[in-house]
Amino acid sequence: MSKLRPDLAIIAREVAEGSRVLDVGCGDGALMAVLRDYKKIDARGMELDRNNVFACVARGLPVIQGDADEDLVNYPDAAFDYAILSQTLQTTKRPDLMLDQLLRIGRRAFVSFPNFAHWRVRMSLLWGGRMPMTDELPDRWYDTPNIHHVTIDDFRALLEERGIAVDGAWFLRGRKTLKPTAANLFAEHAVFLLSRNRSK
Amino acid sequence: MGALGGGGIIDKGGPCALAPLPMMDDQRFGLNRHAKLLGPLALDGGESLSPVEIAYESYGDLNSERSNVILICHALTMDQHVASPHPITGKPGWWMNMVGPDLPIDTNRFCVICPNVIGSCMGSSGPETDGGDGRPYGMRFPVITIRDMVRAQALLLEHLGIERIYAVIGGSMGGMLALSWAATFPDKVEAAMVIASTARHSAQNIAFHEVGRQAIMADPNWREGEYYGDGKAPDDGLAVARMAAHITYMSEQGLTEKFGRRLQGREEKSFGFDADFQIESYLRHQGLSFTDRFDANSYLYITRAMDYWDLAEDHGGVLASAFKATKSRFCLVSFDSDWLYPTAESKAIVHALNAAGAAVSFVELESPFGHDAFLLDTPGLDKVIDGFVKGGGL
Repeated sequence: MSKLRPDLAIIAREVAEGSRVLDVGCGDGALMAVLRDYKKIDARGMELDRNNVFACVARGLPVIQGDADEDLVNYPDAAFDYAILSQTLQTTKRPDLMLDQLLRIGRRAFVSFPNFAHWRVRMSLLWGGRMPMTDELPDRWYDTPNIHHVTIDDFRALLEERGIAVDGAWFLRGRKTLKPTAANLFAEHAVFLLSRNRSK
Repeated sequence: MGALGGGGIIDKGGPCALAPLPMMDDQRFGLNRHAKLLGPLALDGGESLSPVEIAYESYGDLNSERSNVILICHALTMDQHVASPHPITGKPGWWMNMVGPDLPIDTNRFCVICPNVIGSCMGSSGPETDGGDGRPYGMRFPVITIRDMVRAQALLLEHLGIERIYAVIGGSMGGMLALSWAATFPDKVEAAMVIASTARHSAQNIAFHEVGRQAIMADPNWREGEYYGDGKAPDDGLAVARMAAHITYMSEQGLTEKFGRRLQGREEKSFGFDADFQIESYLRHQGLSFTDRFDANSYLYITRAMDYWDLAEDHGGVLASAFKATKSRFCLVSFDSDWLYPTAESKAIVHALNAAGAAVSFVELESPFGHDAFLLDTPGLDKVIDGFVKGGGL
């Protein structure tokens, strides 16, 4: 499990054993394989990149080549215990509608994303006056797949606005987990566990 | 029998609830097998078939648990010779690149069974076989469906003592059979792989088939299908049918790459109606050589079965209902230049399987060769088949 990307390692640790999971943007299936092999989880995946789909199918993982923006509507309500969207929210056309889809398909959702308010990003924009390029966000402004940069505070505000409950939150700098205090300044990545707010 | 042949039943020893199995000399397994089953087989059209004859081949050995069977379903004009030479043309099997020792469908590990569909002309019950009175059925052969073909194959597996299928794999019409297998016998099918196929024949699909059928029936030699015996078959009509169909198997890009507007064996246009262009010559050759190995009436019956194919229709119009509570694994593969059964058709099946909660994989592969890509060495197809087959745990 230790070879997993840090945000995926958190998700792998937190997902309940034996549950049903949809990994949206599952990449080469690294997380799905761990969930299947170590936690008896029935994991399904969706992935845009053909070569990644090959890699998944070759591992015996049920993955469909598809676009999260278009193909999630074809899943029935509450089909999964968890829907997972890792490092992909910022690339979707409408992150707000994406959250709705995730929480329609899954009873709960794990969402992880790079935090655009990390101090290094802030400094880069403040002093350089150019769109930041960091280890975490290495693409240039015109060719980045990240079309909706988001900060942890932005994300919390969106959750509030849409009545989505936070069942867990983890903040990362590299492999290190940070305290929630000032996470918006110091965390490079965030992982949220979400559910529909029952009161709404 | 060649490197692949001679597949029989072997008992690898160990605990086994089944009765001791006969050894390698089990005549039911191997190349060029033929079973005459009593039936009757009740058909979707209301008639029944008895006896039910099935020509088939098997490759590789059945394990003692009888759990390693891969059933291969062939396309419209293909046959049971998936990895052995065709008896008439002498050409190698139609899927030699996928079926064999150490290939993605590994005959060292699996017992691969490929039956000829009923309605065909390669030894299974069809218009060419005896209608019970010493004469060929001809057009007295009942109209059949894809599901009828599947039920006939189920009779064969029963005859072979096989209760579960590790994977059923098919391309084009074979994909329809694979889907029908999974929908009709969900408890028998552990996994189904559907390549370049569809859950229903579209108006356009039906239209192309109708052109072919009309070409056959307009041939004066067709004579309401009563042409057996005197050596004058409706070959011209069948050749035209094949030419029309062949166009649908190739992409515009593939045709352009292969033939362009190049002339055939001449420097100038002839200002006549010879096959000036290479594509004309190619199609004529395809049509003509097809008549050496295929029966016109069989072509009518099998295209009819494909046109009647609409899996949702049998399930209240909802495709997902066809897969209700299925436990089978599925894998769908399409090709980006296939306009006969385009990617959208495969995706419709994927969406239905998602709605049914089935474990499904799907990938669209790149190929310039259109529908035919499923028979060619299309990059990635071997990887997907290999991965999906191994995903079953054997």
